[in-house]
Formats: sequence, C-alpha cells, structure tokens
Amino acid sequence: MFVLTIAALSACGRSHPESATAAGDSEDMLQVVGPWEIVSIDPLRSGYLFTRMQATETFLDAADDGSPRPAVARDWSVSSDGLTWRFELRPNIRFHDGTTLVVADVLAALERARHPPGSLALAPIASIEGAGSTITIALRTPFAQLPALLAHSSTQVLAPSSFGPGGAITTIVGTGPYRVVEVHPPQSFDVVRFDGWDGPRPAVERARYLAVARSETRGLLAESGQADVVFTLDPATLVRFKVSQRPALVAVTMPRSIVLLMNAGLSALSDIGTRKALSLAIDRPAIARAVLRDPEMAATQLFPPTLRGWYATHVAPLVTDVSEADRLLREVGWTRGRDSMLIRDGQPFHLELRTFPDRPELPIIATVIQEQFRRLGVRLDVQIGNSGDIPLGHRDGSLQLGLSARTYTTVPDPVGTLLQDFGPSGGDWGAMNWSNAELTDVLNELSIVPESPQRDALKQRAAEILQNELPVIPIAWYRQTAAVSDRVAGVTLDPLERSYRIAQITWATRQQAAR
Amino acid sequence: MGYPSTGRTIAAVCARRLTQAVLVALVVSTVSFFMMRALPGDPAFRIAAARYGEDLVSAAAADQVRTELGLDQPWPRALGDWMARSVRFDLGVSFVTGAPVIREIQEQLGHTLVLSAVAMGASLLVGPVLGAFIGWRAGSRLDRVVRLGTVLVKAVPSFLLGVVFVMAFSIQFASLPAAGHADATSVILPALTLAVGLVAGSCRITRDAMHRVRDSEYFMFARTKGLSERDTFLHHAVRNAAAPVVAYLGVQLVFLIEGVIAVETLFAWPGIGHALVHAVFGRDIPMIQGTALVMALMFVSLNAMIDVATLAIDPRRR
Repeated sequence: MFVLTIAALSACGRSHPESATAAGDSEDMLQVVGPWEIVSIDPLRSGYLFTRMQATETFLDAADDGSPRPAVARDWSVSSDGLTWRFELRPNIRFHDGTTLVVADVLAALERARHPPGSLALAPIASIEGAGSTITIALRTPFAQLPALLAHSSTQVLAPSSFGPGGAITTIVGTGPYRVVEVHPPQSFDVVRFDGWDGPRPAVERARYLAVARSETRGLLAESGQADVVFTLDPATLVRFKVSQRPALVAVTMPRSIVLLMNAGLSALSDIGTRKALSLAIDRPAIARAVLRDPEMAATQLFPPTLRGWYATHVAPLVTDVSEADRLLREVGWTRGRDSMLIRDGQPFHLELRTFPDRPELPIIATVIQEQFRRLGVRLDVQIGNSGDIPLGHRDGSLQLGLSARTYTTVPDPVGTLLQDFGPSGGDWGAMNWSNAELTDVLNELSIVPESPQRDALKQRAAEILQNELPVIPIAWYRQTAAVSDRVAGVTLDPLERSYRIAQITWATRQQAAR
Repeated sequence: MGYPSTGRTIAAVCARRLTQAVLVALVVSTVSFFMMRALPGDPAFRIAAARYGEDLVSAAAADQVRTELGLDQPWPRALGDWMARSVRFDLGVSFVTGAPVIREIQEQLGHTLVLSAVAMGASLLVGPVLGAFIGWRAGSRLDRVVRLGTVLVKAVPSFLLGVVFVMAFSIQFASLPAAGHADATSVILPALTLAVGLVAGSCRITRDAMHRVRDSEYFMFARTKGLSERDTFLHHAVRNAAAPVVAYLGVQLVFLIEGVIAVETLFAWPGIGHALVHAVFGRDIPMIQGTALVMALMFVSLNAMIDVATLAIDPRRR
C-alpha cells in the first residue's frame, strides 16, 4: 500500500513534463558526483574540490602531460643559475566579489602553500617577493619542479574577503570561470557562471558537486540520469554500463599504480632474485581482468604509457612465469619443505601483507596475491587495516609487505613523489630499507635539469632502474572512468585529476537541457 | 487525566529518565573514549588521511596532526579533559574538519530529524492502521498474507531495500532523486526505506494487541451488553490496543537509529548517522564522542516521552 502510494507519486511526476524531473530543481544544473567529501573548504584540505569545479585557480595550471600552463601567472622565466624564477601575472584578474586581484593576494596564497602539507613546503624556497605584476621566487638550490608545485591546489588564490577575523577561510571567493554560491559541507556545493571571467564564456550556467561516498549509489545516480558526470565507479557497475551502453563512459589512464611495497631489510626480501621471483609469480593480466575488469590495466612496469617520458620504452615488460620464479628462488637458496612451502636456513617464507579498503579493489587484489604466492610456496597473512598503517609500518619498521595505490603526480611532475618514495632513506609509500645510489643521483639531477633531451634520458634511466631492481612490485595501472549522461557533451577527463573541466561541457541539445 | 497521582507519576518518570540520561551520558562518553583508544593503528595517521587524502598522508603529516591535536597526552588526562569540557557542554572541535563539533551535530541532527520524522510519521499512518485492520480479522487470509509480508520485509536489510527502491523509483519510473538532499523530494526514498521496516514492526504489534483485545473478556462483555461493533472498537479496543503499540515505539527508535546509519550512507543524506560512519573511518574522536552522546541523550528523552504517553493512555500504570 505504502509502496503503491510512492508508485502513484512517481507516475504523477512523469505525467507533468514541467514538474520536477529526477534531478528535481536541476533542469539547467550540471550535476557532478564524486566520492570526495568536503571535509573543509581550506585549500590545504578539501579545497581542491573548488579548483576541480573551476571556482578557484591555482598559481599555474598543468597540461595533460604535466607540463606547466598559464593560470594566475601567464608567463615565467628562470635565471641562468636556476635560482631565481620570475612570474608575470595575468592582467586584470577579477575576484568573484568584483575586486581586482593584486600581487599581495598572490603572495598570501603562496605563503599559505609553504606550510605542510602545502606543495611549496617541498621546495627549497629562500624568499617570495612581489612588485607590480611580477612575483619573484628565490631558491636556495636549483629546482626544476617549481612550476609543478605551483600548479598544486594548495596554491589557489583567494580574495581577502574569503577570510574571517582570525585568518580562517570562511567562504570561497576565487577567480575561476565559476563562482561558489552555496556550500553544504560535507556533501555538496553549487557554482554559477562568473560573468567577470576573462576567458571564453562557459556554456553551462550552473553546476553542483555532490559527494556520494558509496560507489553503488554513485552508479545508481548515473543510471537514473540524476547526475550528469559521475566519477570513480566500481568495476561491477562499469561492466554493467559497458554492456548496456547507457550511460556513456569516458575514460583516461591516470599516473597511478597499484604496487606491492616490500621491506628489503628483511632477509627474505633483501636479494633481488627473491623480489624478481615474487614479481614473476603475480598474474597481472588475471588481476586486471577479474578484479579491475579492465585487461589493459595489467602493469608491465611502474609507470603507465600515458606518463609520457617516464614510461620506459626499452625495458623488458613484467611477465608471469612461475617456473622461472621457482628457478630463481632455488638459486638464492629457497627449498620446498614437506608441506611444499618454501624454507631457507630453517626459516619458512612467511610474511604479512598490509592493505586498506579505501580503494575497494585493494583487499581483493591482496587475497589474489596471497593465493598466487601460496602456489609459489610463500605463505602470506593479509591484514586489512587503514591507509595510515602503511606509513606507520615504515616508521616503526613493522611493515613486511604492503599493497597500496600510489599517485605519481600529486603535483604534475612526478620527480618530487619519486624522490620521496625512492630517495636514499626510502619513503612512506615507496621503497623500504632499499636505496640505489645511481637512482638517487638521477632523481636529484632530474629535480634540477629543465625540460631537454638530457632530462628525457634521465627519466628513462630512472624507470629502467626501478624495473631492474624492483624496490616495489608494480601490479596494475589505474583508469579513471566517468559515467556521462546524454544531457551533456564535451566531457573530457583530466588525467592529473586537477579539474572536472565543466567550463568545456555543453548541453547536448537545448531541448534536452530544458527537459 | 482525572487521577490525582498523574502529575506525581509523570514527575517520577521524568526524574528517573533524567538520572538515566546522566548515567547514559557518562557511560557512553567513557566507553566511546576507550573504544577509540583500543582501535588498532595510529590515530594521527588516520586523521591525516581523512584531512588531506590518502595521497598526502605521510609520517610528517601525521606528526603534525599529533602535535596539533595533542594526541600524545596520557589517557587519564585526555579523558579528564573530555569530561570537564562535556559538563560545560563543550564538545570540542572536529579533528578532521576543524569546525566545532556542536555546530556540525546541529546541522546533521536537523537532517536526521527530518528523515526520521518523515519515516516515523509515514509508518504510523500505515502500520497501526493496517495492524488494527488485520488484527480485527485475525486468522483471515488477508491476515496471513500481511503477516508473511511483514516477516519478509523485516528480513531484508535496509541497505538492500534502499537499492531496490532506487532501482524502481529513480531508474524505472525516473521521477524521484536517487540520492542527495537538495530537493524536497529527496527525502522520500530514504524515508520510505526506513518506514517500510517500521511499518512491518508496528503492524505486527498492533495486530497482536488488537487480536488480544478481541479475545478478551471485557471486549466480549461490551458486545454482550449490546454495544455495536463500531462502539466497542472505538471505546474498548483502540485504547487498550494502543498501550503496547506506543510502548513498542521505544523499540522502534533503536531500529530507527540503527537504520539511519545505513540509509543515510546509502542515500548520501548528510545526517548524524552518515557523519558517525565518516568520523569512525577518520578516527575523529571528538565527533564520535559528541555524536554518540547526542544520540544517547536523544534516545533517553524520546523514551521519556513514550513513558509519559503510555501513562496517559493506560491509567493502570499511574
């Protein structure tokens, strides 16, 4: 009876074309759905969502390949010693409150980004100064990644009216093509087109970002047509959409890899032969096909092909070869015990693998690896905790194996992340008790040398060393897929996840927009 | 309420519930404090992950969080701080968002109350009426069918029920929002998901109460003395059957609180249940303690209201 009443209500809704659609008041409202909640409007916390919805601009922007592009700064040059960078600001930038951006606003934004976890905390900055329309950043040592750090969301420039009495950010007044009109943390915020924007006029006038934590619900939102662009779909939903061909899917490979982290300080994992054997035992195509439902995502090396320059073109791909793995293990002294599990110097090959469920596929992949290693004679205990357990295990030395997903372009240039992960003392999300003097030199050089054939050769060498030494074992790459409703056209995805590019989206037809 | 002791009885009920509220607050605060402490892993890393995202969580970010929030302080001091602040109604500041917990709870509680009120209101319109109807005709085919239906509905987890409703009303009929809270109609599907379970419960209780009343001697006496079926129903059955139904509302509140956690998460409804789930993931201790405290106090006060209502209905309890 109850359900019948709702069905009747639903039917009424359909019989009046002018009444609310599934999207309610949102006939001309572009609905973007993602899993990330607005925990705070601070640029250092969830403020990146305002950059993604194009309400705020970062100091610099980045192209799909990570190269710097103009944003608040339109032009830049670096002194011959690499220590002084000069940035020219775009003229006549207006904030959404109508005021004009001045150099002091930019200086304030850059100063905020110098505090961790702001991106500029990683740069050897001696001073930041501004005069007229020029910002000058003086460095203590040459640092080629500076433009990449300046494109991070922590450098977004806000108007003075964004700040409350104690300096806390109370509202978002940015310079992007859209202005924020309403924020409902942790769930949603609305933006409308900003008429004072000095770029091309966007076609979509109003847009809403809605955070939906559950992937099933995001899938249902896409299927119902309530949402226009839905990010981060679970593999089962993706398969369903691929089969039904509705809603349409748009995809881009991201510079993110699922990797098996190893504590090379353990005697079982210290020799390269064992690490290679473990890598050979992993059936990546099977994992990509059965868990990720995307066979092309089986990793053949750490970096995906889309990370141009970093994808090593001359290395032998990672493959599955269990008999070769057996041979390698015998070579380094492992023998099969009575229970056919491996043993060396009286010690069984028994390790703990930690992972976390924030990315739903990780625990499943962990158990697949558990089974694939068992066939090799390696016993794994899988511990599913939270994402903090891996850096914690690095710190207290308790981590043996870890399964995680690592984004190599948290800032558009991967060098900073690689230095953190594979530097001389290892990293929270990278190598543990492993270092390679040549790789350290190559990465240090990469942080100084600007774009050039020499830099390209260094990138290839870095990728080659990581492939040969396997301080971490690559498992799979990532593809970001979004479901797109038939109301909209022109949806493209940013592989660096910096923007939802709503300013480029158009309504598929006027009639559909007015539906 | 013509009984002279009614006022005193109500005052006694309120005093008892007030004492209970204080004890519950004390126990819930302390237990949630120790439960959070007993969880494995390092809260600083978890809070850093919730604040800055998985890609930016690192030992350095965790250290910063630890220093900023004073997570290193020994537990007796942390517990003492929390208790001292609680008695001043200061629930502290969220570890993740940095906003005062009381402000966050006010905002979320509003959404939860709207959802719960719509669900409870709808269920009360349907459940007791349907229950009374089939209870009056206990043993009939309709009675058996409805009872089977209520068992089946009760057996389905609200999460699954919610997905089925979205598939039916948002995808097939394409007329109700599948999630979110922006439109007035957004509340319908989450409320329906909660209400269906509540209806099943209140329908069964009313049915049994009505059946018992109909089998009772006083009911038969009323009929024997010549009252019409309608008059007997209105004057003798409704009030007698209402007492257990109202008392059962207290049990339904447990179902409701449990239900909002699953339903709010499924429908992206920004209520207190949804906030609690995220606070647990992010190890946001002040939010967890504050939310648990508010939910517990709400539970006690609603039960006090039910006690008073039961007293009003049933003079034998006064």
